[in-house]
Amino acid sequence: MNDWIKLLVPALALTLLSAPVLAAEEVNVYSARKEALIKPLLERFTQQTGIKVNLLTGKAKTLLKRLQSEGRNTPADMLLTTDAGNLHAATAAGLLQPVDSALLKAAVPRNLRDPNDRWYALSIRSRVMAYSKKRVKASELSTYEDLADPKWKGRLCIRSSSNIYNQSLLASLIRHNGAEQAEEWAKGVVANMARPPKGNDRAQVMAVAVGICDIAIINTYYMGVMLEKDERQKKAASQVSIFFPNQGGRGAHINISGAGIIKGAKHRENAIRLLEFLVSDEAQLWYAKVNHEYPVKAGIPVSDIVMAWGYPFKQDGLNVGELGRYNADAVKVFDRAGWK
Amino acid sequence: MQQLTTDHSAPLAPLRFAFRRPSGWTLSAAFVALIIATPILTVLGFLFYPSGDTWQHLVDTVLADYVTNSLLLMLGVAVGAGSIGICTAWLTSMYSFPGRPLFVWALLLPLAMPAYIIAFTYTGMFEVAGPVQEWIREHFNLRYGEYWFPEIRSLGGAISMLSLVLYPYVYLLARSAFLDQSVCALEASRTLGCGPWRSFFFVALPLARPAIVTGLSLALMETLADYGTVQYFGISTFTTGIFRTWFGLDDSVAAAQLSGLLMTFVFVLILLERWSRRQARFHHATNRYQTLPNIKLPPLMGWMAALACLLPLFFGFLLPVGQLAQWAVMTFTEMVNEDFYELMMNSFLLAGAAAVLTLIPALILGYGNRNHATPLSRFLVRLSAMGYAIPGTVIAIGVLIPFGALDNSVDGWMLEHFSISTGLIFSGTVFILLFAYMVRFFTVSLNTIESGLAKIRPSLDESAKTMGYGGLEILRHVHLPIMKGSLLTALIIVFVDVLKELPATLVLRPFNFNTLAVRAFELASDERLADSSTAAIAIVCVSIIPVILLSRTIAHSRAGQS
Repeated sequence: MNDWIKLLVPALALTLLSAPVLAAEEVNVYSARKEALIKPLLERFTQQTGIKVNLLTGKAKTLLKRLQSEGRNTPADMLLTTDAGNLHAATAAGLLQPVDSALLKAAVPRNLRDPNDRWYALSIRSRVMAYSKKRVKASELSTYEDLADPKWKGRLCIRSSSNIYNQSLLASLIRHNGAEQAEEWAKGVVANMARPPKGNDRAQVMAVAVGICDIAIINTYYMGVMLEKDERQKKAASQVSIFFPNQGGRGAHINISGAGIIKGAKHRENAIRLLEFLVSDEAQLWYAKVNHEYPVKAGIPVSDIVMAWGYPFKQDGLNVGELGRYNADAVKVFDRAGWK
Repeated sequence: MQQLTTDHSAPLAPLRFAFRRPSGWTLSAAFVALIIATPILTVLGFLFYPSGDTWQHLVDTVLADYVTNSLLLMLGVAVGAGSIGICTAWLTSMYSFPGRPLFVWALLLPLAMPAYIIAFTYTGMFEVAGPVQEWIREHFNLRYGEYWFPEIRSLGGAISMLSLVLYPYVYLLARSAFLDQSVCALEASRTLGCGPWRSFFFVALPLARPAIVTGLSLALMETLADYGTVQYFGISTFTTGIFRTWFGLDDSVAAAQLSGLLMTFVFVLILLERWSRRQARFHHATNRYQTLPNIKLPPLMGWMAALACLLPLFFGFLLPVGQLAQWAVMTFTEMVNEDFYELMMNSFLLAGAAAVLTLIPALILGYGNRNHATPLSRFLVRLSAMGYAIPGTVIAIGVLIPFGALDNSVDGWMLEHFSISTGLIFSGTVFILLFAYMVRFFTVSLNTIESGLAKIRPSLDESAKTMGYGGLEILRHVHLPIMKGSLLTALIIVFVDVLKELPATLVLRPFNFNTLAVRAFELASDERLADSSTAAIAIVCVSIIPVILLSRTIAHSRAGQS
């Protein structure tokens, strides 16, 4: 018995020592954006204001589950995430509280924030076509809907339907065209795929470069990252060009990264300050130049790489919160269409 | 019945035959098992919610895929890991050939390699856009589609990855069984006319069956629970389906029903294992031990044996580590800093604490189940052992819910009576993470301890009792020394498993707390493979030392050796 107690006591001590101690000026952030993408910005905030930022990263949906189970006593003050669908899910679960800030409302356009002020977009990305310069002419491309046309048979590369970006794209198609047409479209795209979905967006661009397919569907910032990364990715990325679909109609599908304040946040004021910092000129410039995303605030320049694709472009004016409403439907449509 | 000690409860003697008062062991075993089974029961509890039309949707579309792929995966890994493990274990136990002393411990090295890391690494090397195929295209002037090359991101690829990484479980347990076997039984079979092949298949293999079946069931449960590899390779199995349903369709009930189906598979696996052991007794029949023959193989056979051992080692460890090392050297200055050392300390401490904490309930339950089992306690033990086959994220959710509820109700109670808000006590600290590890890896400790206990003859207990030792003292003075090898094995396997663990850590970790596995995964899944290599290599390196220690313990634990 004594031997076992000798083991238990240090274990308990370890537990108690690691319990979080609440300091004076700090703010706790649950982030679905990866650490590398967000930490430098948060460190700037700490430098400027002296408020310490405690960061926990994770997948968006698991963070949501965690917030739900922690309930009233959650230590989190702010939820930072990508994809409007995730922000919508957070509001539907009653996790966010409204923030009425004139500064935030001035910086973030109406279609990029919650109608009830519960979340605000921080940066924009578009889901576009990356087409092979050698094998496809820009004049052949037009809309997302056109991708289901048999002329593209065996020429498309797109990632798995389990990814939220694809789910949001389909959600926008359901919203604009109705569920039936969206399902027809999904079936058409599946028939046109060069291979069953494998890998992430960048892998699709690599596939186009190798010659497996002619068009890849990717988020814009990945191209920026690829062109700056190692030689292999740069070589592949320079063999494709970017095309913004639906420019003659409703505009290209856009999505956001955004944030909201958690209901019952213990450091509400600090969290609001952080949110306002993230829409400040300095932060918006960082999003644009370093991450190759599009800023939400007007008047902020984009990076040179992004500029070369054509900017500004016509963006789908739908309130991005709608993308979350149709998310579950999108997943079902994907399953019925056999999009793996 | 004759009693050698005074019987103070003599007046109640007739009642004794009417019902058995559950002993302290049974009660504590049942209690511990219940605690560990709570997350599993939480997930199963969802099954009693009314099932919506999501389940129908799943049945109509993807369920057949999930079942088929999971079954094929299991079959493939059973064959792959089983054959590699048994073959190498037999060769290194019985024969002497060039390089054997090296292979004895080196064959365990793939244990140190997480499955998702090896999947990322091989994909990075062998995918269409990767360096190997690029070289082929350049040197032979071919374009894509003009040559054949195995597609790594496929079911076959996943089976290979998992077999390469999981065969050490079978190797380890089979080898300790082969080492422990009675040479006398083998020699007797030879005198009766069995050649080496026949005595292998009909004597040694059946005698080693409990160990091999244990090793295989560990490997198969890991396979069922794997998420990183199958997700990366685009294969729809139960785990990817559960994730997708839980997070994509946002339907906890349907996801829990899928989990329930998955657990049925596991239950069948476990039942099969139990059934295969049935009445058979595997403890040693005699105390006489001869040293193993170590038959020297003729030169050609010797080199073939060496090759047979080298191949799994090469593909399961040397090649991926070589690639990782190359990437790590490239990115060293960027990635290794103070932050990285903190990461290492966190991982190390966490794994160590979990290994120790998991041993305690395993000892209680293994022991209680052996001597004082009731059907209820046996059932509870089997239930709590299922944690291994359940995906880490499902366990994490299963742990979050009861602890969240507990924390909130304690807080509510304290607020009501004392106006103090205690906040979150368990959730958000290391405690909940350690508990999840315990639930997940409890089986490993339990199985290893149970196979250690199975080697102890009941007559040893009986003779100790005649000398006046009570239950706990028998444990301390008789069993523990014999089981030292098993205990160390259990500690080490859990340590390495926790170091590699990913999904539960991702969900449950506290603020500003990262582990090597989390860092490696985040970077690799962002296709920053080169950057992830330093964390990956650190995991592998730290894991190697216990793995080597483990193999030395096995080599020296043969009964009858000093």
